[in-house]
Amino acid sequence: MHELAIAENIVDTVCTRAAGRPVRRVTVRIGALTAVLPDAMLLCWDLAATGTAAHGAALDLDLRPAVVFCRACRTDQRLPDMIPLCPCGSADVTVTAGRELHIVSMEVA
Amino acid sequence: MCYDEPAVTVTLEERVLARNDDLARANRELLTGRGIRAINLMSSPGSGKTTLLERTVRELRRPVAVIEGDQRTPLDADRIRAAGAPVVQVNTGAGCHLDAAMTRRALDDLDPPPGSLLFVENVGNLICPSLFDLGEHARVVIVSVTEGADKPLKYPYMFAVADLVVINKTDLLPYVDFDVDACRRHVTAVNPGATILTVSATRGDGLPDWYAWLSGGG
Repeated sequence: MHELAIAENIVDTVCTRAAGRPVRRVTVRIGALTAVLPDAMLLCWDLAATGTAAHGAALDLDLRPAVVFCRACRTDQRLPDMIPLCPCGSADVTVTAGRELHIVSMEVA
Repeated sequence: MCYDEPAVTVTLEERVLARNDDLARANRELLTGRGIRAINLMSSPGSGKTTLLERTVRELRRPVAVIEGDQRTPLDADRIRAAGAPVVQVNTGAGCHLDAAMTRRALDDLDPPPGSLLFVENVGNLICPSLFDLGEHARVVIVSVTEGADKPLKYPYMFAVADLVVINKTDLLPYVDFDVDACRRHVTAVNPGATILTVSATRGDGLPDWYAWLSGGG
């Protein structure tokens, strides 16, 4: 359950940046290739935030799909799974999205 | 708590694992500065990581040091010490992976000799360790023939971060239903750039290739 460690990282960061003000809402962007499970994140969030300046804050997840650029057909393609393969059959692709794991913003009182 | 003041939205755009990644970078710089090459060894429990390390410690003509990660017990560290390498055991308790801070504390205790090869044997787990950079120079994922050839497809995040995939326990191939070629294809499907080796850490098959990979800059 690495989501707990991730949630603790997020709580640490937002509490530091909030500098003592209560945090009401946090938005986190999660790419499909990051091995972070949204449900597990939400479960861990309250646990990690308890007793901190982010206690009771809402967690919004901005889930992003995995996208590759295919050099064979020169198009961007959304991946249905983790296999970096273009529907045209080419494996000559570069992952352009899906590895995001960012704290986008927070709302402080 | 006073909510009279209007809420303010603050844009952060910070990487969630920024702190771990910064610590990992510092670890890598420290190791590189001492001519130490660090390998992060990851797999499910029971794939033969420690057996492969014991043999590598005995046979590789280069000083080896080891950081052992497990939830509990010093059993693996005892085995590595008996094989002849300096070792530090990290017990993560409930934790399912090592991170860069744990690795740094272990590095400070271990103080691996300059020019050595440092193995970090991660907690046996095919999911969580894939996210945490420890400061290694290369990542090795081990899968054994008793686990099933479809593991790369079932745990793609782990196999996607590997520089090298080692298929271990090939001495057991006559007794199990494991298709080596299918496993290779599955690894390549999720990670076209990964090198793949087949070995038997107990019998010694394929180990010259493993040692060559380690010496080749890995």
